[in-house]
Amino acid sequence: MTTSGSDVTVENVVRRVAAGHRGQRGALLPVLHAVQAELGHVPQEAIPVLADEFNLSRADVHGVVTFYHDFRREPAGRTTVRICRAEACQALGAGSLVGYAREAGLSLGETTADGAVTVEQVFCLGNCALGPTVEVNGRLHGRVGPAQLGAILNGTVSS
Amino acid sequence: MNNSSDSTAHSDFTARSDFTARSDFTARSDSTPRSDSTAKVYVPRDSAARSVGADEVADALQLAAARGDFDIEVVRNGSRGMLWLEPLIEVVTPHGRVGYGPVAPSEVEGLLAAGMLDGADHPLRLGVVDELPWLARQTRVTFARVGVTDPLSTQDYLEHGGLAGLRAALELAPEDVVTEVTESGLRGRGGAGFPAGIKWKTVLGCTDELKFVCCNADEGDSGTFADRMVMEGDPFMLIEGMTIAAHAVGASEGYLYIRSEYPDAVATMRAAIGIAREHGWLGKGILGSALDFDLQVRVGAGAYICGEETSMLESLEGKRGMVRAKPPIPAIEGLFGKPTVVNNVLTLATVPIVLADGAKAYQELGVERSRGTQVFQLGGNIAHGGIVETAFGVTLRELVEDYGGGTFSGRPVRTVQVGGPLGAYLPTSMFDLPMDYEAFAAAGAMVGHGGLVVFDDSVDMAAQARFAMEFCAEESCGKCTPCRVGSVRGVEVIDKIVAGEHRDENLALLEDLCDLMTDGSLCAMGGLTPMPVRSALAHFPDDFLGGRRSLEIQPVQATGVRTEGTA
Repeated sequence: MTTSGSDVTVENVVRRVAAGHRGQRGALLPVLHAVQAELGHVPQEAIPVLADEFNLSRADVHGVVTFYHDFRREPAGRTTVRICRAEACQALGAGSLVGYAREAGLSLGETTADGAVTVEQVFCLGNCALGPTVEVNGRLHGRVGPAQLGAILNGTVSS
Repeated sequence: MNNSSDSTAHSDFTARSDFTARSDFTARSDSTPRSDSTAKVYVPRDSAARSVGADEVADALQLAAARGDFDIEVVRNGSRGMLWLEPLIEVVTPHGRVGYGPVAPSEVEGLLAAGMLDGADHPLRLGVVDELPWLARQTRVTFARVGVTDPLSTQDYLEHGGLAGLRAALELAPEDVVTEVTESGLRGRGGAGFPAGIKWKTVLGCTDELKFVCCNADEGDSGTFADRMVMEGDPFMLIEGMTIAAHAVGASEGYLYIRSEYPDAVATMRAAIGIAREHGWLGKGILGSALDFDLQVRVGAGAYICGEETSMLESLEGKRGMVRAKPPIPAIEGLFGKPTVVNNVLTLATVPIVLADGAKAYQELGVERSRGTQVFQLGGNIAHGGIVETAFGVTLRELVEDYGGGTFSGRPVRTVQVGGPLGAYLPTSMFDLPMDYEAFAAAGAMVGHGGLVVFDDSVDMAAQARFAMEFCAEESCGKCTPCRVGSVRGVEVIDKIVAGEHRDENLALLEDLCDLMTDGSLCAMGGLTPMPVRSALAHFPDDFLGGRRSLEIQPVQATGVRTEGTA
């Protein structure tokens, strides 16, 4: 299963991933997760290949990809910062974190022009007793105040 | 672990007649004086503990051990659920497990120097953890092992009563397992509170060759984290519960649908499933019986609605998570059209205990038709947030004031939202309401999954009502109009009310819209969104007069100490 150089086309990746999940019932979501893990997003070119692999219409696959918040159509920044905005974190000032990010020129859902950081909102990371919670590249931080968020964002922008 | 030691552990633990005896077993296995000089230190690997530095604390301990200064064995356990004390580390001493917390990584050296490994005194010393009043007052049934054991140690699992429920179940015919679960009074812990035994009976009654057990681990509601803690802290218990369900209904395949926001839970469950297979706890001929059952983890993709059971089934089938109309109920036509048990994590995780100790022992806990224990989750602006497992009937006041210690900010409590983002906001005047499905329903609220989110007096309830509608608009699957469009209209109408535009007419319109969403939505997403809105309006009408917006919630610092606010 070595793919090197020009072998790493979207089609090759999708076909290989799909083959690895053959025999699994209803495998479209696991395959989409795996494709995104390899390519960083689910590119448009993956849609017809997936449709072919799963014997679905392109519209069906498109519908699934766009239904779920996790599947990206474009690559994210090198660092993804997710601020929890659900009630438990709201009760401890999650709103002020969003405000802080915005003042730093980072709007929710957008990636900075230099590709350094994407700031997103998320509704609940299950850390409701230690909010406000922020996730940075998959790692949770509890009790995050604006100062710590600032440090996190500075670290990513300068990296 | 070979079979002979399995059965020894089994006979030791089935002799228990009550649940409260459980902590004795913990004490016994750990209070044995150390035969060697290695000190055993527990550092939680729960993601909440990790979010405040547990990994760094474990690293600091291991560094001290690597330098040869101390002889330490670090065990990564689950969390005891006293989350405000995390990272809470425990040292095994002849007197029991002595806790220290919250421990910053920089404090590890000082703790070691002070004699922590012998349980010595220190400003962070909490005493013997099992004896801490916050924990000792609880009735830990489902959470008995969480925080006590190494989640992936089969030996720990067996030594602490693991597999006793499955062994008992395998001795029984499927219909007798179903009867046992029915008689225990166990109701679905996911929120709806439907009796688990009745659901199982329906699936058992279907004659299909292929049946499924699906565990709904899409714990998307803010203020809930008990499912996550079970999966990270005691994964074998969930596997055991699902296996018992499979035996009870005749299912051969199981799916555990975990939300993608819980990567630690996904990793732990996958590892636990692999270990369970190696030990013959899953797969063909489980524990030497005729039962064949295997299980896999499926990861969601960031859609709140997939916590709704029929949406979850659609998602498992590889489709958009669109709600299905019921009937047919999933028990008859569920996953891939086959009879399917769909239960929440806590429901399935409680099943092993019900089988191990019998329906009667479980049934004796609780009040009225709310039997057994509920795992309350204290979150939001609360001083002592975490897991409180206790019998139904406990009051909100006991939970928020006694266990919770009031707000984290030190300001007065203004409201508590109970049961997630679709649950009611209750004022302090209702704090003596007992936690009981029916009592809450009668008061226009719901116990739901037992999540409580506390707010102090800086909260703007019109903004919270608006958020409820906004969240519904964002997360609606879009299949039915009352939910998809009603939520968007709800945001607009609340904005108009707050802005003072035709206030009376718009209040009437909001009321009408709430009726329509309640009665006309396909599932609980649209059907329950009016609950937080209406409760906010009923109990905090003044907030809708437009004057409260200026009250900014003060931010908290990373240290947990409040900054001087500007508001």
